[in-house]
Amino acid sequence: MTTVTLAGSPVEVDGEGFLAKPEQWTKQMGEEIARSSGIDQLTDRHWQVIEFMRKTYLDTGSAPSMRALGKTSGVSIKELYELFPKGPAKLAAKIGGIPKPRGCV
Amino acid sequence: MAESLKKVAIVVSKGSLEGIYPALIMANGARMEGMEANLFFTFFGLDAIRKDRIDKIKVATVGNPGMHIPTWIGSIPGISWMATKMMSRQMEKIDIPPVREFVEMIADSGGKLYACQATVDMFGLSMDDFVPQVEKVLTVGEFYELAAGGEIIFT
Repeated sequence: MTTVTLAGSPVEVDGEGFLAKPEQWTKQMGEEIARSSGIDQLTDRHWQVIEFMRKTYLDTGSAPSMRALGKTSGVSIKELYELFPKGPAKLAAKIGGIPKPRGCV
Repeated sequence: MAESLKKVAIVVSKGSLEGIYPALIMANGARMEGMEANLFFTFFGLDAIRKDRIDKIKVATVGNPGMHIPTWIGSIPGISWMATKMMSRQMEKIDIPPVREFVEMIADSGGKLYACQATVDMFGLSMDDFVPQVEKVLTVGEFYELAAGGEIIFT
């Protein structure tokens, strides 16, 4: 764990830059993480996915699988990969301030 | 940070459930990590992309020491069907989709699926025999060209 400054506040992140404490997260931090991950502008569609990921994690204690994301987030698998080319579940989790998803699917 | 893998090509040569699923999980997992993923189906692995067989993939209950049942029991009619049913139920619980849906999911995520030319010729098949997610039929040489710069995994 290391401490970095995001949107002006110190936060703890793991080796890959995922927030250690989801409660420290703010939307501004999300935007900053997105920019450093190659997504310059977060659209409403991006936010729909990010918020779905975050809500599922906070409600259930684990991030949704890729299949669940495609079926229940309201964004299709195809569009998910257009929005987050480097991996939708992983990137949306990172931007949303939750730990890296542990599922294999 | 350690060096990361950018690309995988996975060769699927077996038509049993336990031959096909690991390959699909690895291909989908590669895309989830933002890696390029290519699947090359050969020999009985083609069953995973054949329209008439994709919904009939079964666990091998004979000649499979991992099942831990005597071979003669494994050969009783209906045993393979039952074992497949049980395993599918377990997989559904952890959100692993049926083969048809999994193949669609991988194609939608940008993973590419190819059929092996030699096997297609051997079995007298054509593109019409495959699900629409199959990109094209490739020769071994074309497959290697496609796989260049990445890792090749054989299952």
